[in-house]
Amino acid sequence: MALKRKSKQFKWHHKHLLGLRELSAEEITYILDTAKGFEQISTRSVKKAPPLRGKVVVNLFFEDSTRTRNSFSLAANRLSADIIEFTKKDSSVSKGETLLDTARNLEAMGIDIVVIRHGAGGAPRFLSRNINACVVNAGDGFCEHPTQGLLDTYTIRKIKGTLEGLKIAIVGDVAHSRVARSDMWAMTKLGAEVTFVGPPTLMPTEVSRLPVKVSYSLDEVIEKVDVINMLRIQFERLGGNPFPSIREYSHYFGLTVERMKKAKSDILVMHPGPINRGLEMESEVADGRNSVILEQVTNGLAVRMAVLFLVNQAAAQTK
Amino acid sequence: MKIILDSNQIEQILGDLTSSIITDTPPDLDIAVIGIRSRGEILAERLSERLSKELGKDIPCGTLDITLYRDDLNSPSGNTQPHVRTTEIGFDIDDKIIILVDDVLYTGRSARAAMAALIDLGRPRAIKLAVLVDRVGREMPIHADYAGYKSDAAPGKLVQVNLVESDGKDEVVIE
Repeated sequence: MALKRKSKQFKWHHKHLLGLRELSAEEITYILDTAKGFEQISTRSVKKAPPLRGKVVVNLFFEDSTRTRNSFSLAANRLSADIIEFTKKDSSVSKGETLLDTARNLEAMGIDIVVIRHGAGGAPRFLSRNINACVVNAGDGFCEHPTQGLLDTYTIRKIKGTLEGLKIAIVGDVAHSRVARSDMWAMTKLGAEVTFVGPPTLMPTEVSRLPVKVSYSLDEVIEKVDVINMLRIQFERLGGNPFPSIREYSHYFGLTVERMKKAKSDILVMHPGPINRGLEMESEVADGRNSVILEQVTNGLAVRMAVLFLVNQAAAQTK
Repeated sequence: MKIILDSNQIEQILGDLTSSIITDTPPDLDIAVIGIRSRGEILAERLSERLSKELGKDIPCGTLDITLYRDDLNSPSGNTQPHVRTTEIGFDIDDKIIILVDDVLYTGRSARAAMAALIDLGRPRAIKLAVLVDRVGREMPIHADYAGYKSDAAPGKLVQVNLVESDGKDEVVIE
């Protein structure tokens, strides 16, 4: 109950959430603290609160998504916003409309928040500079997936108490992973040591400039880490032949029951979903006692409610 | 700055509020105390302790964060930003007499928000409002069922409740 009336209160002023790279540790912590207040909405008899009543949220998804899109929809619903679902398949984008035209047309209908997922890195930032609505990045190219980074960090903080001093491995297809990048920014800013693990062909080219360690051997890393986040192999993005065979990849970088025997007993096993069972992770591990994969999904809802609430607040303050 | 209540007077008021609540409530009904963050939370804890002692049974106590129910969330107020915190009510509020506790009753807007928030948590038998300071300046049709000190402080004045747990000492001041 540490409240000091006279202490200067932190003020959130971002009406867009574009990435975690540009946020300070204090701002990230503030989102996580705010998310805590939203958790109980999902557990009570009326699973709804009124702060976004009369606001319109658009889910503008140019790439497939189930979890993230549903999570944002439900978060918006729980805050009493109205929601428009927009997917590339059944829209005028298939008739050749540009991103900006699509967004401006939606804005002309009086929307307040755009949640965008786009294959091109930087698309959310481009949009934020050209429309008045709040923009929330739900994944752009290989750049960022800030709400996933936040919910992963939230899940770790909730169980471990703090990120400070934790050793965290992010394993697999790092090159094609915006989750890995958002995780890295949030987790290192909050004081964790992050190691990217995977074959050299799946490491990002800019890795030497990032605040992470790199390892090409999961066996060397597994016994030292407190948290292991297994990325999905993104077959839809893989070009060329980054590894000789799926079996070989699994053998070296899959999280197997055998490999888990070397891990700390309280290691947290995470996965951003959807899981390729038996490829990056064996089913027994995904469903095992160290797995927090479903907690990640639950926490994602609270984190997204917090983000929608905060960007809307910032917009209200700058009106 | 003028002190309008010192720690002895605050203790006295909490004692009086406790007796009034007990006198009012039929003994067969369940009472629970819920404080509005942040000073109401502390006062609620103290009231529930007193009630538990007097009634010889455990009176549950919870904390309500009303931020999401405020009526000024979308009206730019400039310098203040609402901070969402947790609601911690570890019991079922259905069919209970809820004693809603706040430090100061002024415009009535917090009490309105708190009632909306409570009703989303269940259906209490009744909600009663208990406050340490009942100040003139209502903007909503709301009144306190149990009020300690009545203040006619002018609209521009700040009536501030300080409590040991949060501020180091018990006192109510007008600035």
